[in-house]
Amino acid sequence: MKLGFLVDLNLCMGCKACEVACKTENSVPLHSWRLRVKYVDVGTYPETRRTFTPLRCNHCEDAPCERICPVSALHYLDNGIVNIDKDRCIGCAGCMIACPYGAIYMDPETNTADKCTFCAHRVASSMMPACVVACPVEANIFGDLDDPSSNISQYIMKNQKNGGVKVRKPEKNTHPKHFYTGGGEVQLNPLASKREEGYSLFNKITHLDHIGGH
Amino acid sequence: MIEHTIPAVNAVVTLDVPIPEVIWGWMITLNMWAKSIGTGVIFVGAYLLTRHYKETQKKVKFNMPVISFIFLNIFLLFTLLDLHQPFRMLNIFLHPHFTSAITVGAWLATLLTGVIFLMSAIVIKAKMNKECKIAHYYDTLLKIAVVLAIPVTLYTATIMGEATARELWQTPTELAQMLFAAFLCGSAVFLLIGGEWSYDVKRDLAIILGVSAFLSFMIYMGEYYFGHIKAEEVGAILANIKEGGEYHTLFWVGQSFAYIIPMILVYLSLKSKSGSMLYLASFLAIVGLYLTKHVWLIIPQLLPLS
Repeated sequence: MKLGFLVDLNLCMGCKACEVACKTENSVPLHSWRLRVKYVDVGTYPETRRTFTPLRCNHCEDAPCERICPVSALHYLDNGIVNIDKDRCIGCAGCMIACPYGAIYMDPETNTADKCTFCAHRVASSMMPACVVACPVEANIFGDLDDPSSNISQYIMKNQKNGGVKVRKPEKNTHPKHFYTGGGEVQLNPLASKREEGYSLFNKITHLDHIGGH
Repeated sequence: MIEHTIPAVNAVVTLDVPIPEVIWGWMITLNMWAKSIGTGVIFVGAYLLTRHYKETQKKVKFNMPVISFIFLNIFLLFTLLDLHQPFRMLNIFLHPHFTSAITVGAWLATLLTGVIFLMSAIVIKAKMNKECKIAHYYDTLLKIAVVLAIPVTLYTATIMGEATARELWQTPTELAQMLFAAFLCGSAVFLLIGGEWSYDVKRDLAIILGVSAFLSFMIYMGEYYFGHIKAEEVGAILANIKEGGEYHTLFWVGQSFAYIIPMILVYLSLKSKSGSMLYLASFLAIVGLYLTKHVWLIIPQLLPLS
């Protein structure tokens, strides 16, 4: 079994229900996110549109975070999930430095690294991840990539033509198990969009100085 | 970026969470800097004991392990302090994960510090005129220390290479930088403490200092001018430095202190056969190396990853 995730960006409407469900399910502290939805505005007025991109751990097959973790706190589960053992983590932040997707954060309450685990505790009880359940338009598709009849495998097969299935930063050779359909460069490549200080919709904070601990 | 110049694809992030900026800060810089001194004095000390034994042995045999021990402990202390869970450091030995350069480095650095501790104990006991049962092992311990100092110097480069997110750090170039930094610091330290040594010894140390500075500077300039060719991310990072970003001034201050001024001073010193300028060159090299390493550590962390 190899679990994977796919987000259909054509369906995502940026409601952030997944973000809230994730926070609640996993008791993610303030100023920390396992999953977030990024808004990118594209074009020049009046020809503009807004895009929404949920971003979470990619559960890479060749995960740099797992490789650099000195104590195997980050480890693979049999189902392909890159899981984290917070009791073992020494808080060196090597995983945060290594992850090309910025998907790992330092939990300010436990002073250990943390990230999306595809809700491994729910999966172990045969439940879907919280974000999948919360999505009102079924933009989040989760399942077994090894099973050709699974919803995610069918979705990938259906959309594979014309390069319709993408991963973030394929050049890093991490082989992510998190896929996107309907996404373009501005959604998946952070260098293709600008981040302007004080230009956000609801907050003026672009960078977070404090990452927990000292 | 080309995207920013085409109105139809002009893209701006309008809502996102605040992203973490600097993850590894000054403590990691201090870690790398102290390690360069800690292992550099072993390499250059071993060279002096081989090439100028008679003249330098008294000073080098004592100072080499003691200085190395102090700086290796600074390096280990700040490695520990930088952990968010320092009391779990023991997990590196209880649950080691050997694909991680952090683990390999921690094991080897601990071994090296143990060897250097024994060498320090031997010379300190001798200084206090006390008998030491392992005194005759000094030379054997030195050989072990030199061998261990090589991977301890280099392993940080592998950590940087394992940081897939930071394209600026590539293992092969960082390996060379770490080695040159160690030789730079080792020669600088002995130039600072070897006041009464002959010009012959100082000339050798000055050449090590000058060549290390030159080669390091060449690598940095290679990255600075041609780095953008290898990856879009490196281009974005270096553009920030080149276009007067936050670390522009510090980058050039570091390069000047660590490499440019010491190179000039070494050249003038060799030309005039005078050792006095080498004090300033050594001091600036050690200070400048900290600044250089700090800028190089921080700048790739300023780039948004997602």
